Amino acid sequence: MLQYIIRRILRIIPVMFGVSIIVFGIMYLTPGDPALLMLGENAPEEQYAALREELGLNEPFVVQYGLWLGRVVQLDFGRSIRSNRPVLAEIRSRYPATVELAIVAILLAVLIGVPIGVFSATRPASVADNVATVGALSGLAMPVFWQGLMAILIFSVWLEWLPASGRSPTGLRLGSWQFGHWKEYILPALTLGTSAVAAITRMMRSTMLETIDQDYVRTAKAKGLLRGSVLYHHALRNALLPVVTVVGLQFGNLLAGAVITETIFSWPGIGSFAVGAIRAKDFPVVQGVVMTFALTYALVNLLVDVLYAYIDPRIRTRYSN
Amino acid sequence: MATSTASLSVPKRRHRENRAWRQLRRNPRTIFGIVVIVIIVLAAVFAPFVSPYEPNSQNLRSRLEAPSATHLLGTDEFGRDVLSRIIFGGRVSLQVGFISVGIALVIGGGMGLLGGYYGKRVDSVLMAIVDVLLALPAFLLALAIIAALGPGLINVMIAVGIANIPAFARITRSAVLTVREQDFVAAALAAGSSDLRVMLKHIIPNALSPVIVQVTLSLAGAILAAAGLSFLGMGAQPPTPEWGSMLSKSRPFIRDAHWAVTFPGLAIVITVLALNFVGDGLRDALDPRKKR
Repeated sequence: MLQYIIRRILRIIPVMFGVSIIVFGIMYLTPGDPALLMLGENAPEEQYAALREELGLNEPFVVQYGLWLGRVVQLDFGRSIRSNRPVLAEIRSRYPATVELAIVAILLAVLIGVPIGVFSATRPASVADNVATVGALSGLAMPVFWQGLMAILIFSVWLEWLPASGRSPTGLRLGSWQFGHWKEYILPALTLGTSAVAAITRMMRSTMLETIDQDYVRTAKAKGLLRGSVLYHHALRNALLPVVTVVGLQFGNLLAGAVITETIFSWPGIGSFAVGAIRAKDFPVVQGVVMTFALTYALVNLLVDVLYAYIDPRIRTRYSN
Repeated sequence: MATSTASLSVPKRRHRENRAWRQLRRNPRTIFGIVVIVIIVLAAVFAPFVSPYEPNSQNLRSRLEAPSATHLLGTDEFGRDVLSRIIFGGRVSLQVGFISVGIALVIGGGMGLLGGYYGKRVDSVLMAIVDVLLALPAFLLALAIIAALGPGLINVMIAVGIANIPAFARITRSAVLTVREQDFVAAALAAGSSDLRVMLKHIIPNALSPVIVQVTLSLAGAILAAAGLSFLGMGAQPPTPEWGSMLSKSRPFIRDAHWAVTFPGLAIVITVLALNFVGDGLRDALDPRKKR
C-alpha cells in the first residue's frame, strides 16, 4: 500500500512541471511588458530597468522560465499588480472559502445523489426512475451561471428565503461545530453541486443496477434476508466503488464551477479572485491561482486513488509486485 | 483474394449501419434531440429570415418589456428583442462549438491516432502532453489560456478547443489500439501498404464510432464552456448577441425583467440537453456490447 502511495505521489511531479510551463506561458504570452504592467506607465526609468533585471526579462525564454520556476518552487509568485501584496498571502486568505464551499457542495451532492440513484435503480423504468433520469440529464445540461441566477431569482428575490450573496468573514467554522451563517451556504453550494448530484445519481443508478443482477445478491435474497439488508450490506457496498471515482472527478468540476459560482454569489474565494485578476491583467495572481487549482486537483485525485486502493484490494495488489 | 474480402466486408458494414440507425430511431430521447438540433441549426442558418426583429436594433422606449404578442420573449435593457437575439446567438454558439470541437478533433484525434498506431516513444511523449492538459479541469484550462491570449470569441474557440484535446486524444488512441491489433491491418502492412495508407484506409474508418460519439458530447460541453467564458466577460463582446453574454449583461435587471436572463439560459439548456440525448443515443446504437 505504501509503495503504491509513493509511486502515485511521484507521478504528480512531472505533471506539475508541465503545468508550470503553461502557467509561465500566461505571463510570457500576455501582450505588453510585464514590468510595465507591474509598475504602471509613470514609473521612473531606473526602477523599471531594475525590475526587468530582477524578473530576468532581458534573458532568453529558457533562462526566464528557470528563474521563475526557482521562485515558484519556494512558493514565491511575486506581488499582486493591483494590491501590491504578496500573491501567496492573497491566495491564503481566500483559499479556505473556496475549499469550504466545495466540501459543502460535494457533501450535499453525495447526500442527494446516492439515495436518488439507489431509489431509481431499485425501481427501473418506473415513473420515479424516469423523472430522476431526465432530472439528472437536465442537471448536467444547465450552465452553472444560469442555474445560480435562477436560484437567486426564485429563493432570494421572489420567496425572500435565502440571502443572494456574500459570506460572513467567520465562515462556517467547520472545526468548532457551530454552524453559524449556514443560510449563506445553501444557494452557492446547491448551485455548485448540481452537476455533481446529476453525475453521482447517474453513476449510482447504473452500478446499482449491475450489482443487483449479480449472483451473490440473488443468493442473499434466496437466503431470505430482508430486502433492505440485501440492498445495504450486499449491493450498495459494492456498487459504491465506482461512485468514489465519480466523486473525485466531480471535485475537479467543482473547482471549475467555483470560478463562476463565486462570481455570481460574490463569494470571497480564489475563483472570483482569479476572474478579477484576469480582467485586470494581474498575471502574478492568475499564475498563483492556476497553480493552486492544479495542485488542489492533483491532491484530490491522489486522495481518491488512495481511497480507492484502500477499498478495492485488487488495485493495491496490482502495484505491489 | 483482395477483391473477395472487399465484396464480403461491404454488405456486412451496411448491415451494421442499418442496425445502428434502427436502434437510434427506437429511442424517443434521441429522436427528440435530433429534431431539436435540426430546428436550432435551421433557425441559426436562416436567422435573418426567421427572427422578428434586428438583433441589435435598440428601442429605448420599449426597455425591459415583459413577453407579449409584439415581443414573444420580452425585451432587454436596451429594448432589443430577446427572441431575435437568442436566434442570432445560436449562430455564435454553434460556430464556437463546431470550430472548437474541430480543433480538438484534428489535434487530439491526430495525437491519439499517431500514439496508438506507432506506440512506444511516440505514444509516451504524446500521452505525457495529454496528462499535463488533464492536470487542470477543462474549464480552468480554457480560462488559463484565455488569461494568456486575452478575451474574444476567436480566443475562446482556441481555448475551448485545446481544453477538449485530451478527451479526443484518449478516445482515439484506445480505439486505434484495438483496431491496430486486427489481422486486416497486419495483412495490409504485409501487402506493402504505407503507414499513411493503412491509417487512412483501415484504421480511421474502423475506429470512428467512439470518436463520433465524443464529437456530439464535446459539442455540448464546448457550447457550455464558451457560454461560461462569455458570461465572465472573456468571450463574445457587446453588442454581439451570444447566450452567455446576454445573460451576464441583463443580470443587473433580473428583479424587474427576469426574461432577459431566463430565456437565453433556457436556450443553452435545450441545446446542450438535445446534443447529450443524441450523444447518448449514438453511444447505445454504435456500441456492439449494448444490444437491448
